[in-house]
Amino acid sequence: MTTFDVLVEVSLRAGIADPQGATVERSLPRLGFAEVHGVRMGKAIRFTIDAPDEEAARMRVEELCRRFLTNPVLEDATVSVEPAREGAHR
Amino acid sequence: MTTRVGVVVFPGSNCEHDAAEAVSGLGGEAELLWHDEATLRGVDGVVLPGGFAHGDYLRTGAIARFSPVMGAVADFARSGGPVLGICNGFQILTEAGLLPGALQKNRGLKFLCTTVELRVETIASVLSSLATAGARLRVPINHFEGAYTCDPAALEELRAEDRVVLRYVDNPNGSLDDIAGVCSRARNVVGLMPHPERACDALLGSADGAVLVRSFLSACAAWAPPGPLSPASAARPRV
Repeated sequence: MTTFDVLVEVSLRAGIADPQGATVERSLPRLGFAEVHGVRMGKAIRFTIDAPDEEAARMRVEELCRRFLTNPVLEDATVSVEPAREGAHR
Repeated sequence: MTTRVGVVVFPGSNCEHDAAEAVSGLGGEAELLWHDEATLRGVDGVVLPGGFAHGDYLRTGAIARFSPVMGAVADFARSGGPVLGICNGFQILTEAGLLPGALQKNRGLKFLCTTVELRVETIASVLSSLATAGARLRVPINHFEGAYTCDPAALEELRAEDRVVLRYVDNPNGSLDDIAGVCSRARNVVGLMPHPERACDALLGSADGAVLVRSFLSACAAWAPPGPLSPASAARPRV
C-alpha cells in the first residue's frame, strides 16, 4: 500500500447560478480589480488515501466524489492524486 | 386508533417540536425518532423536520442521508408510506434520491425569514389532498438554501406528471419555475421549503398550513403497511 495526497476541488456545474461568485465579482471594481472576471466559488477538500497504486487511488476517490463529496445535480469535481510527501497531513 | 407520526431528529434538527406540536394539535400522535436508530417503530408516517442536520457540513442533507434511520425511511417510502420533508428535510430527501433536484443558495444570497404566499398546484399528493387546487396559502419560509434546481429533463417530468405540489406566488429565492414543493412519482413523498407546521394556528399569524398537515395526517391514517402481516398487530410493534 502507498499513501497518496488527494485534492478534490468541487465547483458548481456550468450553467448553475453562483450567487456567491457573482457577489464577489461585483465588489471587485470598488477595490480596483475591475479586470477580474469569471469568479466562481467552490470547495477544496484535502485528504490522504492508501491504495496499491495511483490509478486505484484515483478510482476510489472518484467513487467517493460521485457518492458523497459532490451533488451531481449541482456540482462537478476535479481530482488530483499524487504520492504523499513524507509527514504531510499527519 | 390514533395516527402515529414519526418525526426524525438529527443532530442539528431544530423544528422537530414545531412539527410534533402541529401533528398533535391536529389530532395525531407525534413520536420523536433519533436518527441513529435504524427503525421507524411502526409509525404511520414520517416527517423529516427543518434545521441544520449534521451542521449542514459539506452540503445541506449530504451527511444526514447516511444516518442509519434513512435506510428505514427509504424502505418506508418505497412501500408507499407517507413521508414529508420540510425545509432541511426537503434538502435531505433530495440528497437521498427520494425526490428529484437539489436546493441551492437563495438568489440574492440572503437568509429569508418571512411569510410567503403559496399556490396549491395539485391535490394529488399526501400533503395536499384536502386542499383546493389553486388555493393560496400564507406560510412562513426560513431558509438560506431554498432555491429549487433540477436539470431540464427532470423539470419536464415534474410538469408532465403534475408533481409540483406548491408554487410561490411571488418567487422569493430564485427557485426554478417558482417551485416550493414537489412529490415523488407515487405521490407519497413530498418535500417543501416553506413551514406549514408553523402556520397551524391563527395565533402564529396564519392557520393556512393546517390543511396541509391535516392532509398528511389523513394519508398516514389511510396508509396500511404491505405484506402478509395484519396491519393491526404484528406489523406495528410498539417499542
